[in-house]
Order: sequence, then C-alpha cells, then structure tokens
Amino acid sequence: MRITCPHCGERDRREFYYRGAATDLERPAPDAGEEAWDNFVFLRENPAGETRDLWYHEGGCGAWIVVARNTVTHEVLGTQLASEARS
Amino acid sequence: MDKLIAKSPCEGLLPLTVGSVTLTEEEPGVMTSVAPYKGCEEALSEALKAAHGMGYPAANRATGRAGSRAVWFGHGQAMLIGPVPDATLSEHAAIVDQSDAWAVVRLEGEGAEDVLARLVPVDLRAAHFKRGHTVRSLLFHMTASITRVGDTAFQIMVFRSMAETLVHDLKTAMEGVAARG
Repeated sequence: MRITCPHCGERDRREFYYRGAATDLERPAPDAGEEAWDNFVFLRENPAGETRDLWYHEGGCGAWIVVARNTVTHEVLGTQLASEARS
Repeated sequence: MDKLIAKSPCEGLLPLTVGSVTLTEEEPGVMTSVAPYKGCEEALSEALKAAHGMGYPAANRATGRAGSRAVWFGHGQAMLIGPVPDATLSEHAAIVDQSDAWAVVRLEGEGAEDVLARLVPVDLRAAHFKRGHTVRSLLFHMTASITRVGDTAFQIMVFRSMAETLVHDLKTAMEGVAARG
C-alpha cells in the first residue's frame, strides 16, 4: 500500500502510523453540550464507501495527514495536510 | 571540574571501507533546528540569506554547501548545519540547539546508491535524487535524514543514540553489495 504525503510524495505504508477517523479535527467547543461531546468521544461512523482517516508520517517528515479512502474498493482518493484540512 | 573529553557519536566505529564504498564520520559543527513561525517562512529565508548566504530550503531540498548547510528536516523545520545561528533568525523562527544530538556520516563511492537501495524505501538513484535533494525516510528501522552531497556521496543523519546501529546496518549492506562483485 502506498500513501502520498503532501510533502514527501508517494511513500510506503510502513512509514506511516494510523490514528483513526479524522473526526479528531472537529473537536466541539467546551460548552457544546453532553450530546456533542458523547458523539465526539465515543461514536464513530462505519461507512461502506468513502471515509477520512488521520495518518502520521512518523518515518518521514512528521506531518499529520488526512487520507480519504474508500473502504469498499480500498482506493486511496486523496491526501492533504491536517493543518490545512482544519483551517 | 575535570577536563571533559569530547567523544563523537561514531568514535571507534569509523572510518570503514568495504569494496568501493567508504563510510566516514562527519564533523558537522553547530547544528540548529529552525522552525519558522506561522507565515514567517519568507522573512526567515531573507534573514538566512543575509546572515548565512542561503535561503530556507523547500521541502525535500537542501541549500548552502559543505560546512554551511540548511537541510529540510520535515514538516515545518530545517536543520542549519555548520554556522552559529545569527540572532536575527529568532525573530522569525523557533531556534533550538541540536549539536551533538545527531550522528552524521558520509557514505561515498561507486555503489553507494546500491547500499542505500537495500535499506531505504525511497528511490535515491541520481535520475530522481540529485545533488541538493534530501529525504526524511527510514534507514532499515531508523528514521533518518539523507541528503545527496555529491555525485556518489550521501550525508546520512540519525539520532546519536543509534550511531552503532547505523554503522552496523550500513556495514552489512556494504558487505552485501561488495559480495555481488
């Protein structure tokens, strides 16, 4: 499996560490309420299709990367820096 | 206090020659990580040029020359190798002394590319990876910074604590390449 790092280009999967769903980038406000926080901490989508994950390029440039991929076809659809995905 | 004796990371391990490839330890001098503040990259590059004669390197590139180099070192940072950093740099970037924290070696000779091909999962052949190009990648199991500094010469950096492993892994690969003749 190959992942394209926005800095380094296409690299082997072994250079990356998998974090999980990219919902970490959508942290609710401190006063958003119990439901929003329960959602953020515990509830995850399990889509058959497109999903967005956070990966860390630990064996490379050290950037956090949002990888869009398809869980049905295993196709990697695109990548971007987490710092840019959030802004 | 007793006089302290400086000991380089690879002391007692290098130099080493196997076949046509030689591995030597570099004396990098002062090493400083330079991490530009948000939106300050251009101003930092100007300050670097004025003070040390080289710009801030783009991703996967190194600027400067032997003895005074700026090597891209990952997301949002570069390593200034050689000169004592000018005070003006700290207006635009976080400046942290890294001297003695890294083992720096030079792999040189016909076949150096073949040695690295056994250890690094990135294409480092001259057609893709020219002088002044650099990568952050893995060298066997270690994170490393690899820069081409000559037609058949590479500068390799790993954490100082991994100096012995670095020499061991490179030696094994050098012997493998040499054995193929």
